[in-house]
This record gives sequence, C-alpha cells and structure tokens, in this order.
Amino acid sequence: MSWFEKLLPTRIRTEGGSKHTVPEGLWTKCSGCNAVLYRNELERNLEVCPKCGYHMRIDARRRLEAFLDPEPREELGEELAPVDILKFRDSKRYKDRIVQAQKATSEKDALVVLKGQLAGMPVVAAAFEFRFMGGSMGSVVGERFVRGVDASLETGAPLVCFSASGGARMQEALYSLLQMAKTSAALARLSKRGIPFISVLTDPTMGGVSASLAMLGDINVAEPLALIGFAGPRVIEQTVRETLPEGFQRSEFLVEHGAIDLIVDRRKMRATLASLVAILTGRPSPVLPPAANGPAGDSPPPPTAEAAAPAG
Amino acid sequence: MNLNFLDFEQPIAELEAKIEELRYVGKDAELNISDEVARLQKKSDELTRSIFSSLSPWQVSQLARHPQRPYTLDYVDRIFTDWQELHGDRAFADDPAIVGGLARLDKQPVMVIGHQKGRDTKEKIHRNFGMPRPEGYRKALRLMQMAERFRLPLITFIDTPGAYPGVGAEERGQSEAIARNLFVMSELRTPVLCTVIGEGGSGGALAIGVGDRVLMMQYATYSVISPEGCASILWKSAEKAPDAAEALGITSARLQELGLVDGVIEEPLGGAHRDVAAMAAALRERLTQELDVLNAVPLHDLVESRYRRLRQYGAYQG
Repeated sequence: MSWFEKLLPTRIRTEGGSKHTVPEGLWTKCSGCNAVLYRNELERNLEVCPKCGYHMRIDARRRLEAFLDPEPREELGEELAPVDILKFRDSKRYKDRIVQAQKATSEKDALVVLKGQLAGMPVVAAAFEFRFMGGSMGSVVGERFVRGVDASLETGAPLVCFSASGGARMQEALYSLLQMAKTSAALARLSKRGIPFISVLTDPTMGGVSASLAMLGDINVAEPLALIGFAGPRVIEQTVRETLPEGFQRSEFLVEHGAIDLIVDRRKMRATLASLVAILTGRPSPVLPPAANGPAGDSPPPPTAEAAAPAG
Repeated sequence: MNLNFLDFEQPIAELEAKIEELRYVGKDAELNISDEVARLQKKSDELTRSIFSSLSPWQVSQLARHPQRPYTLDYVDRIFTDWQELHGDRAFADDPAIVGGLARLDKQPVMVIGHQKGRDTKEKIHRNFGMPRPEGYRKALRLMQMAERFRLPLITFIDTPGAYPGVGAEERGQSEAIARNLFVMSELRTPVLCTVIGEGGSGGALAIGVGDRVLMMQYATYSVISPEGCASILWKSAEKAPDAAEALGITSARLQELGLVDGVIEEPLGGAHRDVAAMAAALRERLTQELDVLNAVPLHDLVESRYRRLRQYGAYQG
C-alpha cells in the first residue's frame, strides 16, 4: 500500500475484490496485511488471508458451494429477472446497468437461493452477490428470498442467509423499500412456525437489507470486521460532523452493543452453523469431514475467531 | 394568514400581497374596494389552480416539507377525542420524533402513532426534525403490541425525512429496531391504517407504515431515499435532486398508479397548510370510512390479506 492509501480511512480504500477478479493474476495482495498471496491458496482458503485472517469478499455461488453439502441442490427462483418498470435513468439507464451487472457476474440478480443440505440436514441457503450492483435489494432479490422462506415453510428446513449488500436498490425506488416489508413479513411467518432462521452478516450489510431480513435472525452471526449498520459511515460523519470512533459499525462493535450473537471465521462457518442448526432442530451433533470446508487448520486463526462458538 | 410561499408559488404570492395591500388601504380610506378584492381573489385562486394542476415531483416534495404543513399532532387535535399521549420505550428513552397514544375516533377507541416534526427552531431540535432514533421505533412497537392486546385499531401518520443517521442510533441498533417493526406489523392482529401525511422517508417511514391500507395525501411523498440523497449518490450532485425526484416516482398519483399505495386523499387548493381544518375533516372522514371497512373483516382474514398484499409487492420477469 502506498503512503497515500495508508492515509485513507479503511472504508474508502479499494478492497481486494477488484484485484481478485483479474483472471490471470497468479498473485494477490491481502487487503488487510498487504502480504502477497498465492491466488490458488487464497481461493482454497475461502478468500481469507492465510497470514492475517482478513476476510475478503467472496462470490455468492462460491460461498454456497463451500457451505452446503455437494448433493442434493436445487436453485430457487432462478428464472426471475429484473425489469426496469420505472424507466429509471440517472447518468446511465437502469436497463443498461442491469445488463452490465449480469455480464460481469453471470447472475441475473443479486441473490442466489439454494435448497440443499448442511451436514446431511435439509436447509435453504441464500447468499447475496455483492458484485451485482452492490448486492442491492430490488424486486427479484425480495421475491427470491421469500421463495426461499416458502421452501422452508413447506419442508420445515431451516433458513440461512448470507448478506452482503449496500441496501435497497434505488433504481427500483419504492418497490425496493417495500421488499423490506415483504421479506420481514415472510420471516415473521417462519418464526411463528418455529423454523430457525440464521442470518449471517458479511462485509458490508447496510441500509434496507440490514434494517429488514439481516437483523431478524433467531441467531445473528457476523464475519470478522464486516461493516454492518443502517446509515453509511460517510452520511453519519456529515451529519454529526465528527470523526467516528475506531471500529465503528464493525462486527466487533455490533457484538459489544448487543446487535449480533457471535462472530464466526468463514473457514469455520459450515461447522459452526451445522452445530447450531442441529441444536435448534433437535438433532444429534453433526459430524463433518474436516476437508469439507477447505483447509481450516493450516493457518493461525485471527484474533476475532475467539469470539466464535466452538465448532461442532 | 401569513403564508410561506414556495419559489414556484411566487406569482400567487405577489397577487396575495396585492390583495392584502388593498384590504389595508380599504380599511383606511373607506373606499369600496370589495369588488376589486373579490376579483383579485378569484384571479389568485385560478392562478393557484393552474400552477397546482401541473406540479413537478420536486415541487410536490417541497410541499410535502412545507414549513406550515400540518403535522401529526395538528391532526390529532382536530380528528380525535380523549387523546392521551403515552411516552417511552421502557428501555432507554422517549423519542419526541415519534408520538403515540390512546384516543377515540368517533367514539371508537384507537391507538395513534405518528412522526412529529417541530414548528419553530427550538421544537424542531427537540423533535430532531422528525427523524426517529431506535427508541422511537421501539416506543411505537410497544404501543402497537398494546393495541393488539386490547383490540384497538392502529392508525399511523407518516411524516419523516428518514431515520436519524447518528452514532448513538447505530449503537442502539437502528437497523434491528426498524426490522422488528416490519416483522411485528405484518402480523399484528388488529386493523392497521397508515397515512403518509408529509414526507415518507425511507426505512424511518416504513417502520410505522406496514398496514392493511396505506393512504397518501395528495401532496405527500413516499420514497426509498430522499431526492437529494439519491442525486448525490447516482448523479454525484445534490443539485440534481429535481431529476432524482422525477426518476424515483415519489408522488401519490404515481404510486397509486403503480399499485404501491391504496388511496389518495385530496388536499385543499394550494395544499394542506392553506386550510388545515378542511384537510383534517377530509382525513377524518376517510379514516372513519376505511376503518369501518377494516373493522368488518375477521381478524384472521385481515392478517392473511395483509400478508398477501405484502407478498405481491414487486416487479420482475419470470
């Protein structure tokens, strides 16, 4: 990192995300400790720096790939695609933004929902694709999420959602805002039926997603150092006209203030959530082959991992 | 009345000033100017009608935030009887940006919750410009649950620029507080009737805005983000707010057309602040009508159809 970049607050520094999309890159720099990392090794380690434990962003499909058992899997709401009903146009047309995002991510929209199993237990798992317009929630994201809830209601399978989102999608205006009500209402039904919902908040989970589905878990889990909040730090800084405290709106801050239950290292996510799901659904402790979640033990755990529950 | 005219109302303001002047002169000189006054008044009304017949979304949003626009408590005074305000979230504080309490609408006991803005500088600060903090949503939540317990229909008035972007608000779980209200309101076992009376600003508005019927006043706005906020993010300049207002489709007419709000309450000529009594009467009548309809629906069906409404919000292919 150059001296100039060091001056910038961490939140405006360029994240590793843009770097690891360079296809030929054999090497990647860790956005946390600046170490030069072997691309393949980083991938095997689920985009967590083996040196310092910094969690870089990970694509929705890779996350679900690492989280669920290989079989069986069924994607929900795959056929749904966004429409530009308002003919929204700012510096670009929303229609063009959609096409661009679809090309860049090979996704139709910013949420992937899979029905599958976790250590042999049926679950429905959803993950936000942050690269798709900042993981913003519009009509398709809302509808896919609710279809995930419907699948849980039908089968009694617990629901897990990995959030990574800047919030509501402005280009869908009030439709986006109402997705907050729609997804929350669906979760209220799930809760009433006694089906567990585990919400995993990853970097970043802000705005309308944070203020709806992401904060409504029976258990709210966060990845280390994730930015989580309602208003963005820049907006707050401009409003209160003071520098924000160190670590403000980071996972550790949220645990301290009682908003989330625990912080879990991504490499232990599968094991930890399997254990929690088993307890909440009255099943015996799941047995996971150690390799199922990538190499978990070949690096020193980051300090935040101590806050994590012991893996089942 | 000393009206506070907006930029686009300047021609009306000039006419009204002339009328005022004539009246003043008339008193003094005992001239018969009543014909002239009546003529000018008619002209002024026509001008108002013509200007108000084609307002841009940005102009509407200025009306929604008009400094003289009636706020929740202005309506409470004129619509309900036996009003008793209730305070506090029982955990941290009382948030003056949201008011709530028990009242009667035409003898029927109800629970009323609304955002509250301040009129003068001191009250504006006290009310935090109508921007709630988590304790505001949690007070609202407490009152909603009380309404359910005692079978009181819930009537909410929405009028906020949005949730307060402050350090304390984040520390005390602003996101969770909003989310919890959406969660609970969607299943509340009592009729819920929401009206956007001014600014429907984003999550702060929605947090008391999930109901069986969502109404909007004619010149109210309802949006996922303020036009200024949207402009500064997407256009990189807050000056483009008028463009953003247009793109976001924040007006009552547009939102009703899209099926995102259920009804629009017409405002007096020139906006609610020009005739608060008439506005309150119209609102009262509409609330009574709507409530009569909702009261007749069995609770189970009511909650079911509320969910179906929420479930169908969205526009997508496939």
